[in-house]
Amino acid sequence: MSEIPGDLKFLKSHEWARREGDGKVTVGISDHAQGLLGDLVYVELPNVGDRVEAGNACAVVESVKAASDVYTPVTGKVVEVNTALSDKPETINEDAYGDGWIFVIEAEEPDQLNELLSPDDYAELLEDDDH
Amino acid sequence: MTQKTILNDTHRAHGAKMVDFGGWDMPIHYGSQIDEHHLVRQDAGMFDVSHMTVVDLTGPHVRAFLRKLVANSVDKLKAPGKALYTAMLNEQGGVIDDLIVYFMSEEFFRLVVNAATRDKDLAWITEQAKAFGVAVRERPEFGMVAVQGPAAREKVIGLLRAEDRERIGKLGRFAAGEATTTDGIPVFVARTGYTGEDGFEVIVPEAQTVAFWNALHAAGVRPAGLGARDTLRLEAGMNLYGQDMDETVSPYEAALAWTVALDDQADGKPRDFIGRAALESQKAGGAPRQMIGLVMDEKGVLRHGQKVLTANGEGEILSGTFSPTLGKAIAFARVPAGEPGDVRVDIRGREVPVRVVKFPFVREGKAQPGV
Repeated sequence: MSEIPGDLKFLKSHEWARREGDGKVTVGISDHAQGLLGDLVYVELPNVGDRVEAGNACAVVESVKAASDVYTPVTGKVVEVNTALSDKPETINEDAYGDGWIFVIEAEEPDQLNELLSPDDYAELLEDDDH
Repeated sequence: MTQKTILNDTHRAHGAKMVDFGGWDMPIHYGSQIDEHHLVRQDAGMFDVSHMTVVDLTGPHVRAFLRKLVANSVDKLKAPGKALYTAMLNEQGGVIDDLIVYFMSEEFFRLVVNAATRDKDLAWITEQAKAFGVAVRERPEFGMVAVQGPAAREKVIGLLRAEDRERIGKLGRFAAGEATTTDGIPVFVARTGYTGEDGFEVIVPEAQTVAFWNALHAAGVRPAGLGARDTLRLEAGMNLYGQDMDETVSPYEAALAWTVALDDQADGKPRDFIGRAALESQKAGGAPRQMIGLVMDEKGVLRHGQKVLTANGEGEILSGTFSPTLGKAIAFARVPAGEPGDVRVDIRGREVPVRVVKFPFVREGKAQPGV
């Protein structure tokens, strides 16, 4: 398992979120999640301009094995999506915390991020799942 | 309780991701399901299929029993070592299981049936066998390894002792023979498979299965998991029991008409196999449903259970997946009989157009015309 970057926050449903400093929040799925899904073959992205609410499904990642919803951890407007994933969904397998980002939200309440799991808490959750 | 094959620790040592498959703890992949798929299409890969059930039938009336038990005709099996793919039906013509019958000798036939249907298959076969005085014996003391791909046969043959190589090398498709490896392992080698590639399925004594697997690995054959096995077999247009057919579906509704033999016995009377009457009436009136092949040119993945819309009404996706060879989604669907017209699939509320195509979708590593 690759190391979890310290500036990320996590949902129990395996999404990560990174505060970009200007109220924007980048969202992806964790390295653990991509490992569970296996080879990704399709990503359904949200539309730029969509307003999404924390906890709602707004993207779908599909591997050969399964389709999985991606939930947004914060409420706000989608301001950017990773269109490169349309042709190269496997980027998420290769670099879940970097080039495999999925969308960026302009957060209405950035403090929603404080309710998420820290990298340590998330790592602990994964360990508990393993047992 | 979850069952494990003798190769369980070996899979874990290879870094396999394990999943539950019909009550068995099996490897779904060893890193990348897609890489394993391509490896089998382009070179060779090996699958642990030790979970499958081997059943030996013995007695003077075995052939007569099999004429009754299965829908295909075991009279096609003329030389020892020949194999036959067939369905075993209930009285309503529904598929209890699909299986391979190997003709070992006139008093000995071997069946390989699915793992998930083991209990009901054994109960059914044992019950039907009584009237024929046939002994039904499961052989759990065997492991089984499928070695598949263009280079697969050569890799297996390379492990055999010199005097067996030529004979095993000459096995035709759907034929099998016994041999011994250079390490002294007795193996039953069948030129069969579930990937659409050439190769062998090898039955090995359980105690020597790990050694056989390791010898293949040393010869350069990489392991492939159940994930790749599923995408390979669907590309090859092969059915999966429980997903593409079950006891409520006849062979005619599962694109298995080619495995049904409405033949006559030596005395000129119709061969009286279980389910024949139901099949004949369905054939006369036309089966109400059919199984078709679908390809989706748009991005996305067709999956089991999605609703399919046709000119004659709704159906559903049976097996659906992303085809690594084609780079797009393929599926089997069961839909009402008749020309389906423009077909669409409901994916999360969106109606996506798909094309109806003949299968296999892929043959010898290449997309088939029209796919």
